[in-house]
Amino acid sequence: MLSEAEREEITQEAARYPERRAACIEALKIVQRHRGFVADEALAEVAALLGMSTAELDGVATFYNQILRCPVGRHLLHLCDGVMCWMQGEPALRAHLQAQHALRPGVTSADGRVTLLNTPCLGLCHQAPAALVDGEPETGLTPERLDVLLSRLP
Amino acid sequence: MSLLDNHPLTGRFRSDGEAVGLAEYERAGGYEGLRKAVKSLSPEAVTDEVFKANLRGRGGAGFPAGIKWKAVPPHPGSACYVVANADEMEPGAFKDRVLMEGDPHQLIEGMVIAAWALQATAGYIFVRFEYQRAARRLEAALAEAERAGYLGSNVLGSGWSFDLHLHTSAGRYICGESSALLNALEGRRAIPRAKLPRPTTAGLWGHPTMVNNVETFCNVPHIITRGAAWFVSVGVGPPARRGGVDGGTKVYTLSGRVNRPGWYESPMGTPLRTLIEEHGGGMRTGYALRAVQPGGASTGFLAPEHLDMPMDFDSPERFGVRLGTGTVMVHDDHTCPVGALHNMERFFAQESCGWCTPCREGLPWVEKILLAFEEGQARPEDLEALAMHTRLIDLSTTFCAHAPGAMAPLESGLALFRDEFERHLREGRCPYLTGT
Repeated sequence: MLSEAEREEITQEAARYPERRAACIEALKIVQRHRGFVADEALAEVAALLGMSTAELDGVATFYNQILRCPVGRHLLHLCDGVMCWMQGEPALRAHLQAQHALRPGVTSADGRVTLLNTPCLGLCHQAPAALVDGEPETGLTPERLDVLLSRLP
Repeated sequence: MSLLDNHPLTGRFRSDGEAVGLAEYERAGGYEGLRKAVKSLSPEAVTDEVFKANLRGRGGAGFPAGIKWKAVPPHPGSACYVVANADEMEPGAFKDRVLMEGDPHQLIEGMVIAAWALQATAGYIFVRFEYQRAARRLEAALAEAERAGYLGSNVLGSGWSFDLHLHTSAGRYICGESSALLNALEGRRAIPRAKLPRPTTAGLWGHPTMVNNVETFCNVPHIITRGAAWFVSVGVGPPARRGGVDGGTKVYTLSGRVNRPGWYESPMGTPLRTLIEEHGGGMRTGYALRAVQPGGASTGFLAPEHLDMPMDFDSPERFGVRLGTGTVMVHDDHTCPVGALHNMERFFAQESCGWCTPCREGLPWVEKILLAFEEGQARPEDLEALAMHTRLIDLSTTFCAHAPGAMAPLESGLALFRDEFERHLREGRCPYLTGT
């Protein structure tokens, strides 16, 4: 069941568009902010709330890179795989994450703490290599800096 | 002389990296353009000024904004939308992020002036998912602007109302294609629409819709405040195809192994060499420049002997490349050019919307062949297979410009790095250790 808060946020968002369904992408993100990911049941409820079929909303949800349709860890590490980051150290960061933290793209750490995801160019090319840790930009990364960032995540 | 004379777009930026707030923006002449437009210029006069300035779209195509604005038909009593394309996902590009984070009111003012010119009823700023800092700053600036009467009902007492909303996307490069962006805004899969009718005639929910890039909008307040003649006088470009000259400044960005990567606002038409050697401080010690992509991943490679190329919209065509977004990527001699191509083609293959066959099937094929070169599995005939794709994938065979854009670096790369491809074949491996 969608919570009262989720319903209210989605309804508010829908008011910004002449058609309710236009709010569907933001609605999926609202659910994701509350629950970490968008489960089938939640997706069906959002579809009903916005007057869409479940299949249609799933088609939208699976189109966008940042709508997560399966459970993830408590924290997200988005490592930029753009060409400027690749040039300046991303492969070494990736190797380090796998060797020292058993983190591969799309995989959540055994303790459920962090999920590593690839992301296209983050627009931080002048400070490569870069990543987002729970959405916040981290730049000029080194394996040592990644260790520090990961150790800080509760 | 104020900073705004040479750097109209970034001259107000704060040194601490925070966003310029409303009071600060107003003190530096902010919202004067909007006040002038609404109080003393007719909507048609505003459009004419932008037309005369020959402001060319900063999103990559360089289409004159004035012509696009004039294409919006009269729409009495009906909805009309103005949309800022802030879905900046071109690998190498970050100019729009810089502009939104540094001076969010400048974008808002540009959009409201455009909306006045078109008598639009509402607007959306379409920001990519990952630009959360820019989105937060825009949200705060929108609230400030609304409280001050620059937005919402009865803008500056004119009797005209305009609502401007922030839309944050969910991550997909194709959303930057303006008709795909409209589908995304309507809550659909971001698949490009047929070329006709144009969005200016039938866009969002079937109503006239004018989509411009962030940087394009940011130029508008300055054109209205200072006039088209001033704008044209700033540029250093040669006469453009559509009459007049490329005017104004450009926010160029620079990345790769140069001494000072970053963003640089400079007159339109600044030579690439000036950007790399003066602004960027040249190559880092131990690295030599191998090639440059002048405007992001979907622009071709330029050989080092052409660095004097002016960075305006028309000159790059003489060198077989495009200005694109003016976001320069420098490739050095320690980086495998085949690997760089593989990285970029993997991105284009992943970000294909899947709608048309040459893109959906062709790009993954290209990516697999390039990977085979990197892994030492390629055969000599694979070079011809790559070349075939550059011939078969073009604007006449695909639905939008996504896959043709992906072919630009491949086509020029095949010509420029032929010996590197052959070296991969000969050695049966990638001879570089890029990024490790």
